[in-house]
Amino acid sequence: MMRRRILSTVLGSMLMAGVAQAETVTLGITQIVEHPALDASRQGALDELAERGYVEGDNLEVDFQNAQGDTSIAAQIARKFAGDRPDLVLAISTPSAQAAASALQDDTPIVFTAVTDPLIAKLVSDMDAPGGNITGVVDAPPLEAQLQLIRDMFPEAKRLGVIYNPGEANSVSQAEKLNTMAPELDFELVEVTASRTSEVMGAARSLAGRADAIYVPVDNTVVSALESVLKVGYDADIPVFTGDNSSVERGALASLGFSYYDMGRQTGEMIASILGGEKAGDLPVGTVEKLELILNRGAAEQIGYEIPAEFEEQAVEIFE
Amino acid sequence: MSLIAFLGAIELGLIFGFVALGVYLSFRVLDFPDLTVDGSFPLGAAVAAVWIVGGGNPWVGTALAVIAGAMAGTVTAWMAVKLKILNLLASILSMIALYSINLRVMGRPNIALLTDDTIFTPLESLPVSRYVVFPLAILAGLVVVTVLLNRFLNSEVGLAMRATGENARMASGNGINTSVMVLSGMALSNALVALGGALFAQSQGSADVTMGVGTIVVGLAAVIGGQSLIPGRTILVATLACIFGSILYRLMVAVALNADFIGLKAQDLNLVTALLVGFALVLPRLKLRRRSA
Repeated sequence: MMRRRILSTVLGSMLMAGVAQAETVTLGITQIVEHPALDASRQGALDELAERGYVEGDNLEVDFQNAQGDTSIAAQIARKFAGDRPDLVLAISTPSAQAAASALQDDTPIVFTAVTDPLIAKLVSDMDAPGGNITGVVDAPPLEAQLQLIRDMFPEAKRLGVIYNPGEANSVSQAEKLNTMAPELDFELVEVTASRTSEVMGAARSLAGRADAIYVPVDNTVVSALESVLKVGYDADIPVFTGDNSSVERGALASLGFSYYDMGRQTGEMIASILGGEKAGDLPVGTVEKLELILNRGAAEQIGYEIPAEFEEQAVEIFE
Repeated sequence: MSLIAFLGAIELGLIFGFVALGVYLSFRVLDFPDLTVDGSFPLGAAVAAVWIVGGGNPWVGTALAVIAGAMAGTVTAWMAVKLKILNLLASILSMIALYSINLRVMGRPNIALLTDDTIFTPLESLPVSRYVVFPLAILAGLVVVTVLLNRFLNSEVGLAMRATGENARMASGNGINTSVMVLSGMALSNALVALGGALFAQSQGSADVTMGVGTIVVGLAAVIGGQSLIPGRTILVATLACIFGSILYRLMVAVALNADFIGLKAQDLNLVTALLVGFALVLPRLKLRRRSA
């Protein structure tokens, strides 16, 4: 029985491949690791593609590969795509995009997403005219707008604590930018680092008494262990702001940012226009422009803070 | 599996062949379980990448990577031999410390080499595809290193090193300075691993601080897997078996990447790889049993 079912699945998939071949578009997706934000961007891209007439399983064949956090496997996935030659490769995250760019040369168009700085990653040499056969959407968080939000909500705050993993390229570039921006808004930056999720609790505790507000950048490690930061914030009455919107639902006070899902939709739009005949190298690298303010009233109560009405009016979503 | 994916697996298998030789040296020859490799692999990548991005000659950068790896191995051995820290723990300390050191060396977590000249750049102007030329070039390097390693391990010093790993007390009783043997053996082992890291970064187009995670696992899989498939008592057979094991591991990953047709998903990759490697190990024994039955 079992064997027959497996056999029919194999035969079925072979038949499907044979029948659909004529008009089917193939999309290879390489992603470094399974992660809520990265998964959301992938889903956003697929949803947008479906709306634009490329429906997965219908006329779009998706080969999704995930390197399970291993860069050498990301390299092998890139070689696999170099051999399979899909119509387009979507690379999610910096290491996956670098592996794809190295293995695919200029034969197959590459669209990257969830890459913070494609110039430093040497994926493109010019943001407006990438050249070659590669383009994409960056996930650089709007740091300036976020610092301004903290300043507006807490005019008295002086010391701003930041927790990040020094091993994540994206986080280090955010920390560098924060260092130059903080003095302009009259903040004194207090940096603490955590190399793994188990170190986040200790790093957060060291901020109690040393920071008037805590900012958690878009950092895979710290966001994974966000609850330990929130606990320290609640206990010491320190407001916690986050770079990504989804963390507010988990208990952070506020975030002014974009969702990875929206970024994925923008990426899907780009993929559709390349499949429609545009050359990847001619499309400027995109940034997410849609910013949303998200608040959490429960978190405000925990630290004895009342969110001013003006912010509640601007908010797209308020959690209790 | 397409031809390019197959050649890509061979290329990575050959690069990790250097890692396998290094792990063979520490784990089998010196009987020293060494986790330093999780740090020395990205250390080699980091040193080579920093040198190349700074405008230096890629060959010099690769040589510096080898020296850096040797230093890392020496520190581990020094902690074990001189400070009397248990060898496994000494290597764990090195591995942890190297994470921070690698970040310091690179100055940031990821250095891209996509547009820089590496030791592979001259090969790209050849009329043959890079998918064919790169593995051939790495194979040539690996052959040279394997021959040298064999000559060394069969020399008088090499025999002393093997005796140290086999029975340290007896070796020192025969006038062998076992401390020097462990120190130099570990230096050589991690130099090989760092060479693998430097080559990986250059063929791959980037060095990343996270790329060392699991190096020891891949190395051990290659050494143990290769040696159980190709058993033999000579050093030559053993080293070739390690390289074979490394290539086999990458081929199994490549097969696992194509396993979607039987309903497996991307997140099942590691499980499928583990099953395939396990199956490859058991297969010859199953055949034997059937024959004897």
